[in-house]
Amino acid sequence: MTNQEIQNMVSGWSENIEFSEEASQFLNITVSKDELHRICEKLKQTPELDFDYLFCLTGMDWGEDLGVIYHLESIQNKHEIVVKVKTGDRDNPTLDSVNELWRTAEFHEMEVFDFFGIKFNNHPNLKRLFLPPEWEGFPLRKDYEDQANMIIK
Amino acid sequence: MEKIVNSNLKTEEYFINMGPQHPATHGVLRLILTIDGEIIKNVEPDLGYIHRSIEKMCERDSYQQIVHLTDRMDYLSAHINNEAVCLVVENALNLEVTDRVKVIRTIIAELTRISSHCLWWGVMGMDIGALTTYFYAFRDREMINDIFEETCGARLTMNYNMPGGLMFDIHPNFIKRTKEFIAHFKTKIPEYDRLLTGNIIFQKRTKGIGVLTREKAISYGASGPVARASGFASDVRKRHPYSAYDRVEFNQALSTEGDCFARYSVRIQEMWESMSIIEQLIDNIPEGEYQTKTNAVIKLPKGEYYQRVETARGEFGVYILSTGTKSPYRLKFRSPGFSNISLLNEIIVGGKIGDLVATMATIDIVVPDIDR
Repeated sequence: MTNQEIQNMVSGWSENIEFSEEASQFLNITVSKDELHRICEKLKQTPELDFDYLFCLTGMDWGEDLGVIYHLESIQNKHEIVVKVKTGDRDNPTLDSVNELWRTAEFHEMEVFDFFGIKFNNHPNLKRLFLPPEWEGFPLRKDYEDQANMIIK
Repeated sequence: MEKIVNSNLKTEEYFINMGPQHPATHGVLRLILTIDGEIIKNVEPDLGYIHRSIEKMCERDSYQQIVHLTDRMDYLSAHINNEAVCLVVENALNLEVTDRVKVIRTIIAELTRISSHCLWWGVMGMDIGALTTYFYAFRDREMINDIFEETCGARLTMNYNMPGGLMFDIHPNFIKRTKEFIAHFKTKIPEYDRLLTGNIIFQKRTKGIGVLTREKAISYGASGPVARASGFASDVRKRHPYSAYDRVEFNQALSTEGDCFARYSVRIQEMWESMSIIEQLIDNIPEGEYQTKTNAVIKLPKGEYYQRVETARGEFGVYILSTGTKSPYRLKFRSPGFSNISLLNEIIVGGKIGDLVATMATIDIVVPDIDR
């Protein structure tokens, strides 16, 4: 399906979906955090879309807000989509886990928790992955400062 | 003779550490095993022993410096990692590289793939217990390292790629030495088969072990030979061709069984396909420039970019969010080993510790690629 057809199909699912105007090689949609799980489930289970391969899950610090970017692909239908979601709350960020839709999300969400501090609901084993368990702070946030390990100019 | 079983024997599960220093984990990887006797109940990888915060470093480096960081991640596919970052920068700037650059990049990428699979084969035999394979593999790999040293300047982490082309032109001996290597290596893979593949002990240790179904492979984000052995045609060179892969003909090595022996056969088949790709390109390298001029300070226009390549381990992806400055605002490396290691628990529960070693050898991870 072309990007325009996917956009027409997806925009009928909710009024809160925004489509990005910036040029990018993929179709970008931004969803609200309450609808994330429902939209992702429909993206995976609708037969014409069938997004079954989550090939990249990225945590992001946009400055005012934290969020996650999901890159999805359909192996059968050969189209791709990018789903972005913001947590809305910088001090206590939470999101729903998509672990039971795409099992690769288990490790990726642990990594996002480790580096950004976003907690995922319904995650089977949410804990720090790379850093030691007693580490304080979330390094990939833009306001992270660490006098011992970083050169701050 | 009657079998005496003591049914009052009390057993309990216990935790055992495999690693971080262990000859079979291929790097500093710690596996926390929960075992009952010798049957594995749970495997939990403990990562982070070689985490160097490469993604944070990339937020303050220039794009030429980022290329140098990528080959410290999956160091056995160093050239292909460099190519990924160079391609994403070139696509973002709409920079056309010459055909000569594309063909040379493809030839060196395939040599890197053969070199990585050669090392994998040697280590696979060593993990199962056949030490001889290690020496055979390294002897043949030396020829590739010597070719790289003469042309690129280094044996393992070449840094031969830069945004816009290559650092220097190929050495005059490159074509001749590559052809000699191909002719030599074609007699070696049958020798490898005679040594290991047909061995009854090896086959009993790998057939039916660690079976991965196609649906699980897609759901766990597997890529590379791990996915192709389960019937999932995941080769990025076919799905999203880049460099010179759209002008060569080669087959994707596929299998349907999904066990350790299938992953082994897929990699051996890939070595034959890589040699076939090199043979199609080596005699017809187009003439032209080896470098296209870029600015000294590269700034990508605002936007998001993604590029994926096929390393020896699977699909490696680079995601860049740029705000127009000289460093990316956010850079994410999608590493194949990270997704491949997450399916270890799924496929090994119920097996023995020896099966775990054989499965880890066929998943073929490089731990710096996982930890970044």
